[in-house]
Amino acid sequence: MRSGIVDHAIDTSAVLAEVASAHNGASVLFVGTVREMNDGRDVTGMEYTAYREMAERELRDVVREAASRFGTDDIVVVHRIGSLDVGEVSVAIAAAHPHRGSAFDAARYVIEELKQRVPIWKREHYLDGTREWVHAGSASARAEKARSGSD
Amino acid sequence: MTIDVLLFASYAETLGGPRVSIDLEPGATVRDVLAHLRRLPGAERLPPVPMVAVNHRYARSDDVVAAGDEIAVIPPVAGG
Repeated sequence: MRSGIVDHAIDTSAVLAEVASAHNGASVLFVGTVREMNDGRDVTGMEYTAYREMAERELRDVVREAASRFGTDDIVVVHRIGSLDVGEVSVAIAAAHPHRGSAFDAARYVIEELKQRVPIWKREHYLDGTREWVHAGSASARAEKARSGSD
Repeated sequence: MTIDVLLFASYAETLGGPRVSIDLEPGATVRDVLAHLRRLPGAERLPPVPMVAVNHRYARSDDVVAAGDEIAVIPPVAGG
């Protein structure tokens, strides 16, 4: 098991290689990248920040939980912070298990819990030069504002 | 007692910086911390019940805070 927050490019092949083992028949690699469009706006880059000590602790907990739930210690997650360009890797998660179902489940658990709990934030930079903090539900919050007619 | 509260991302912008100092009575809770933050300029843009972490763990509103605790107000997270 390993988890970490880094401020340099993530080598996804190395992350995958870390979980390789002769007793595993399945390895899953999830890679999150910066998308060129979000919520209908052209994105030129993303800036990630973290409450680093807490994020590291929370990520470690998530990996331990996944290991216990899905019966494998072969799980690695690395999240990058700092300024990223479109297409760059923000997060890589590798999970391996003797069987594929649990390898998929473990990788899925780590990314879903990460998005719920780990104190990392991102600010999108748009083609028009503006920047905005992103959070779950920003699109629906904006829709709600539009409906209610407030700012 | 004086306690530093860490602020991140949109909250740091909303409340004017990454850290604010507040004065609390001994026995104060997370709820009291938030009540103090509410008096700061910009605080009207905070959600009704923002998440708070004490010593790197998510806290409940009736958790007691002590001098030396690391207290942080956590905006909705957006990793991945």
